[in-house]
Parts: sequence; C-alpha cells; structure tokens
Amino acid sequence: MAKTISNYFDELRSTRVWRSVFRSGTGSSTLHRALAVQQNVFLHLFSTKVRRRMVSFSTTWYLGTLTFGTFLILVITGILLMLYYHPSVPQAYADTKDLQFVVSSGMFLRNLHRWSAHAMVFLVFAHMFKVFYRGAYRPPREFNWVIGVILLLITLLLSYTGYLLPWDQLAFWAITVGSNIASAVPFFGNRVHFLMLGGNQVNANALLRFYVLHCVILPLAAILFIAVHFWRIRKDGGLYSHQSEPKTIAAQAGQATAALAKDSQ
Amino acid sequence: MPEENPTASAETSKRLDRREFFAKLGLGSLSIAAAGTMVFAYQFLSPNVLYEPSPIVNAGKPEGYPEDSVTLDVNSAIYLIHTKEGYFALSAICTHLGCMTAWKPELGIIACPCHGSKFTREGQKTDGPAPRPLPWLRTWVSDDGDLMVDRSTDIRPMQFVRI
Repeated sequence: MAKTISNYFDELRSTRVWRSVFRSGTGSSTLHRALAVQQNVFLHLFSTKVRRRMVSFSTTWYLGTLTFGTFLILVITGILLMLYYHPSVPQAYADTKDLQFVVSSGMFLRNLHRWSAHAMVFLVFAHMFKVFYRGAYRPPREFNWVIGVILLLITLLLSYTGYLLPWDQLAFWAITVGSNIASAVPFFGNRVHFLMLGGNQVNANALLRFYVLHCVILPLAAILFIAVHFWRIRKDGGLYSHQSEPKTIAAQAGQATAALAKDSQ
Repeated sequence: MPEENPTASAETSKRLDRREFFAKLGLGSLSIAAAGTMVFAYQFLSPNVLYEPSPIVNAGKPEGYPEDSVTLDVNSAIYLIHTKEGYFALSAICTHLGCMTAWKPELGIIACPCHGSKFTREGQKTDGPAPRPLPWLRTWVSDDGDLMVDRSTDIRPMQFVRI
C-alpha cells in the first residue's frame, strides 16, 4: 500500500527525536491539539481552543496578524541590511547607495524594508480602527488597548529613528525638525534635545544613537510588548466578537460602559 | 533587670520588628542606588566632549561683501549682510524648527522652505509659524582685519559693525 505524505508525517511525529521536542506527540484528538498549543513556547501565548468564527477573516480582517507579519519581515530584512551598513558619517550614505546599486538583492531588501515599514504603520492604524469601532477595547480588554497604544508609539519611534539612517538630505532635515519639536517641551526641552542627539546638532552621535535605538532598543521593546499583547488576548477571554461573548462578560462590559457614560455626564 | 515592665511588649509592637527594619533598610538602599543610577545614566548619556564645528566663524575680509548685499554661508548657516549702516551677521537657522532659511533677492526677504516662515533682512518675522525673529550674532573684526562671527552669542538687533 502506497504511503501518503500524511503517513510519512505521522511516522516522523512518532519518532523519539520529534517526541523529545514536541511532547504532545501524534494524534488529532482535542486533547492532543490543545497540548500541541499549550506545550509550545510560542503558541502557549494563545488560547488552546478558539471558536471557528473567531479565526474567520470577517471577525478581525487579520489586521493584528498582518501587522505582526510586517514586523517579522522588518526584523529579517533589517538584520540583513545591517550586514552592509556602517552607522558613521559619511559612510552611512555611501553604504545606503551601495545597498541600492552594488549589493546583490540590496535594492530588493531595502525596498522591502521600507515598504513593510509603511505597511506596518498603516496596518497598526487599521487594526486600531477595527478594534475601536467594534468596541473590542472595552473591559475586560482595556489594558490590552493600552499595550496596543504603547506598541503604536514604538512603531512610530521605529519609523522615526529609521528615517535618519540613510543620512541623506531628507533624513537630516526631517530629524532636525523632529528633534527641535522635542526642545519645545517646557523646562527641560533643550536637555531632551541634547540627550536625544548626543550633541547640539544632528551629527555622528545622533546617527549612532538613532541606529542603536532603531536596531536594538526599540525592537526589543516591541518584541516584549507584542508577547504581552498576544498573551493578554487569551487572558482577557479570547478574541472579541459581540455574538460569542459570554453573557456575564457582555453584561459587565455593558455596566462598565454605562458607568463611564454616567461619569462623563 | 529582674522586673520587665509590662508596657514594654506594647511598645515593641509599635516599634519596628527586626524583619521590617531590614526590609525597610533594604528598600531604602535600593531606592538610593536607583536614584544614583539615574544620575549616572543621565551623565553617561550627555557627552562631555563634542566634536562639532567651532561656533566662531571667520567670514573673511569685509571687502568681500559689497554694500546692500546678503550672503548666505551654507556651511556655517549664517548670513553676512552689508547695509548702509554697516555689517551684521544673522543666524540662518529658522527659529521655528531649525531648518535653514534662504535669501530671496527678488522679494527682498528671508524665507524658510520647511513651514513658510518669512523674515525681513533684519530678521524680523513677517509671516509663518516662527516664534522669534532670526537672532543677530556677535560680530567683530579680528586683528587680521577679518570679519568674525560667534554663532553661540546672540546680541540685540540693530548693532552694526562699522568699518
């Protein structure tokens, strides 16, 4: 009898090595499927069970997932771009030009990084609009909305810091204007400006600071908050859908919004 | 002391017990350490030496600037202006958000390309979002007869250098 691909896959899944990595093993019972999610370090952030309706396109339009997808593209292309880029003056500009015209696939990677960055900002806003207009930010999910706002800020800061790195005229003047906005902060605006740029002008120190922020600090912060954001979906009762909401939570949400409406009157 | 007074136990209960004392001591030391770390972090992040161009610029001989002329030096971002009253130097950095302005000889104004601020030749704002006029910069003639400008020192307007 000829073996199908799924037979081979079942055989692979019953080997000792596979079982040592994925302890849930073979089988497609509800328990096995739940264990496969629960015992995986990445998947255990998510619910072990979801309603079919919740993973349909119309519920969420997959906007959060798509945002995360662009983030993954940005991490991968960003790491590759780092291999040819020196964050120094004036080498940074020459490296950007080299990436564009000399390095094989450099233009593709740079453009992919740029377009994904644009797409990520767009998708973050689309995701927030979807969550807002569906009312999915309401209790018990209010804290996950706050984490989402933090992630929005991190996304915008990543865009801003990445803008300086090509070290061209557009980058220079955009960061000059942007950092001068920071000096409008009352009392210690000038100090914020100085710390941000590592000097009084957009110069080598500023380039290096923005590089470290863009490539290390902000991505790490993003990964941390993305993990909490995903985990809170499960902890706050799964993805939001008005019809499938348990009656008690729906009632609580109703009371909370009523109380808020009363407060604001 | 043979007789322990009976109020002692009541007093000790009001006083810190040893566990609480050490907890507070630990927490206090950690707070002091955290505050110190903040200070060190701030100091570490502010560079003590800057490799930026000197604020003092040698603008060359005054004869290089004919009367009734406005000359922008893009490297130092200053205007050297020679009028009937004398010479003066104006910062070319827009007071709004730091873009470099440009002299428009056909209109006789200084204009910022970023957000549309407009200034007179004397730096007075006539239009746009700039909150302050363009500052006049300290200008003097060196011993060699060169015009010198200190970009870090603003002076009151209408102080011309006469030669």
